Parts: sequence; structure tokens; C-alpha cells
Amino acid sequence: MSDLQTNRKVKVTIIDYGMGNIRSVYNALKHLGVDVTIISNPSNLPLEKIIIPGVGGFEDGMRNLKPFIPSIEKLLDLNIPILGICLGLQMFFEESEESLNVKGLGFMKGKVVKIRTNLKLPQIGWNKLTIRKRECPLFKDIENGYVYFVHSYHAEPEEDVVVATTNYGCEVTAVVWKNNLYGVQFHPEKSGRLGLKILKNFLEL
Amino acid sequence: MICRRIIPCLDCDLAIPEGRVVKGVEFKQIRYAGVPWQLAKKYYEDGADEIVFLDITASHEKRETMVHIIEKTSENVFVPLTVGGGIRTVEDARKVFNAGADKVSVNTAAIKNPNLINQLAKHFGSQACVVAIDAKRRYVKSPRDAEDKIVVETPEGFCWFECSIYGGRQFTGLDALKWALEVEQRGAGEILLTSMDKDGTVEGYDIPLTKAVSEMVNIPVIASGGCGTLEHIYEVFNKTQATAALAASIFHYGTYRVKEVKEYLAKKGVTVRLE
Repeated sequence: MSDLQTNRKVKVTIIDYGMGNIRSVYNALKHLGVDVTIISNPSNLPLEKIIIPGVGGFEDGMRNLKPFIPSIEKLLDLNIPILGICLGLQMFFEESEESLNVKGLGFMKGKVVKIRTNLKLPQIGWNKLTIRKRECPLFKDIENGYVYFVHSYHAEPEEDVVVATTNYGCEVTAVVWKNNLYGVQFHPEKSGRLGLKILKNFLEL
Repeated sequence: MICRRIIPCLDCDLAIPEGRVVKGVEFKQIRYAGVPWQLAKKYYEDGADEIVFLDITASHEKRETMVHIIEKTSENVFVPLTVGGGIRTVEDARKVFNAGADKVSVNTAAIKNPNLINQLAKHFGSQACVVAIDAKRRYVKSPRDAEDKIVVETPEGFCWFECSIYGGRQFTGLDALKWALEVEQRGAGEILLTSMDKDGTVEGYDIPLTKAVSEMVNIPVIASGGCGTLEHIYEVFNKTQATAALAASIFHYGTYRVKEVKEYLAKKGVTVRLE
């Protein structure tokens, strides 16, 4: 697996805001050979790449993330790469059907909606990624392939940020990209080599 | 569309510190196959879509050993990990999730306390709650002979399916098909369906059982028990709605590699994940 090691000295921070297990994300980053820090104290957020993971509800997520928001906005202003995974991606948007009274981060225009499909929800399993915009740096040296999804909601952006989709009885937003803000709806840490390559591309930005 | 999954299963004996993978025949005779985390890593690198670990000793005292196995595995394996055997409470489940597991599988504890399924689904989500059903054929002369059961016609005659617990050592009288419907209602995200008649025989999956359950429920069914050849896996995908096939001995003893299975299935037109 040595071809998946990054050859640059990269530092990355995982935000631990109490939404699900971050061990898998941590293990995947360690496997890629980077210097990983887990931060659960908002005042200690260093000025380097961050990953916002997360499994769970939108309302709990936003409430727990709240103390980190000023630091995250600062990284955004400094154009430092940010990656949201699953719920992390969903919180980039303005609101979610899951909890209409709660505001999202609003970094991207649009909202998060329940997947409108005749198929069973949540979508659980390996589904095919269809890359819509090859120029997104996350897709460097990557072909369309399968990644691992676990979700009932997905983003419906009102600006042109969707760079990959998947089909689950309807078109589902899989990856969003705007400036240095990246979001993946699937779990790259559980998506085999393809997932690790996407993480590696983020680390090498 | 979601693709069909190939899942190697590691039956773990936790009597030694790192644990060891064993393979039984019809839930009884035991052979030694390797170190759990090493086999898991090999199968992952070979394209496994998920790995299942079953603690066949299901002992509370050895729970820490399973935690170590999962911790070690999750440093090297980047596909979903499922852990079963001896999980009785939400706390038991939490320990293996914290170690890096993505799903837990429950059988005995769920039959004794069905509410455990609801609790697991509530705390960790349905996607993290797998119910394992170990089913044994009970033949009857005609469907009228078992009116309170769901009777299925097989090439060998009419039968209903009885759930067993404690790794096949005890029978419950519970109808496996009715139980499958109940676990779905209670919030199970998936059913791991093992045929006790076929397990360890390498004669092929129990097609009538897998077909009946997978057509009845709306959650994914993992077919298990009896896999011996590539054709068996194709057959279960071709003839039933199972979305995953679990196999142990064909991988442990090197009969086939995961990659070979998937390449074979892809050639036959089955949607699988190839890396």
C-alpha cells in the first residue's frame, strides 16, 4: 500500500465535536503517513487543513459545532482547505429538512433534503461515483468507482458546486467543491483504496 | 445502484491473546486458519467489501481480546467492519464501535431480548445494527402440518425454518421467516442469514431460505453458509434478492481469492465493486 503514502510533510486536524466515531478517519490519515491532530477544544484550532467528520442529526451537529465556528470561518477567510465528511458536508449548507429551525453554516447556497427515492432509506452501501467535474483536485488520478455511503439526506445546492453524484433511484449529491471548501457525502475512510486516494488528494492540496 | 458485496467472515476463537480464526463444519468440528487482523488485511487488500468478525466463544471475559483485534484491524483495513458474538447490551456494542467497528451483529441476545434491536438502532442507527439469524430446516409433509409457521417448498420437500441460538447449540421454536419480519420492524438495518443445514458443507447456499427471506424483507440480506465454489456465489445472486454473500473457508484455505470471485461475477454480469 506504499503507493498511497503522501510524500509531503502534511499536517491535518480532525475536529472532534462529539458526532460519531472519528477513529476510522484518524486511522485512514495515519495510514496515509501524515501528521494528524485531533482537536476537541475550539480555541486550539491551528491554521492548517481541517477535516470535519460526523455521523448523526443536523441539529445536534450544528449545536456541537457552534464553538468551533469562528475558527472555521477564519480558516475559510485564509483559504485553507476544509473537508467535510457526511454530516460535515451537510452543515456547509444554509439549512436542512431534518431540522428546519436550525441554521447551517451557510458556506454554500442551498439546503439539505431527504433523498427523494423509491428505494429504502438510509442508503447504506457501496454505490458508484459519477464524476461531473474532472477539474476538482480531489479527483486527480481517480476514475469513476464505488464508495461507501450511509445517509438519508443529501445536499441540494443553489449554486454550481456539485462535482460528483451517485444514482440511488434519483441523482444524489456525492461531492461538492467551492474554492477551498470540499465536501464528500460518502465515507472515504471506509471506501477502500478509492476513498484513501480522495483523502490523499485533499492532503496534497 | 448499490452493488452486490463479497464478505469474508472470520470466526474467531479468543482463547489466545491475538485470537485465531477457525472454521467449523456444521457448527462443530474446528480447524485453525490464521490471525484475525492479518487475514482481514489480506482480504481487504484483495477487494473485500466488508469484513465480519464473529466471536464463536461469545464469552464476556474475552471481550477485550475482540476490542484489540478490531483496533488492530481498523489501522489497516478501510472498509466496513462488523462484529458479532456475545454482544448483549448497548454498552457491549459501544465498546466495539469505539474500537473501530461500523456494525454489530446480534443473534442470541436479540432473540432473548428483542428490544435490544430497537435500542441498538436508536443509539447507533439502523445501518449499524445487523441481526444474525441461524436457521435450520424443519421438514413437514404438507404446509397444513405447521399452520402457525411460514412453510417453504424446497426440492427436498416442504419445510419451515427454526432459529437457533448459542452458535447452533440450542433451538428456539421461533420461525426464522417471521423473526426476519420482526427484526426489520424493530429497526435492524441488515440480516445476516446463515443456513445451519448448509454451513460448512461447501455444497452451496440454501437458495429457498435465502430467496424467501430476501423477498419478504426490504432490508439487505447477507447469504451465509455453504459456499464452496464461484458458481455458488453466482447462484445465490442470480436466484435470490440477497445483496451480499458471506464466505469463509473458500478464502481461508485459498481455494479462491476475493478478487477472483469478483472478476468471475463481473463477467457473469453481476454488479460488483472492482478496484
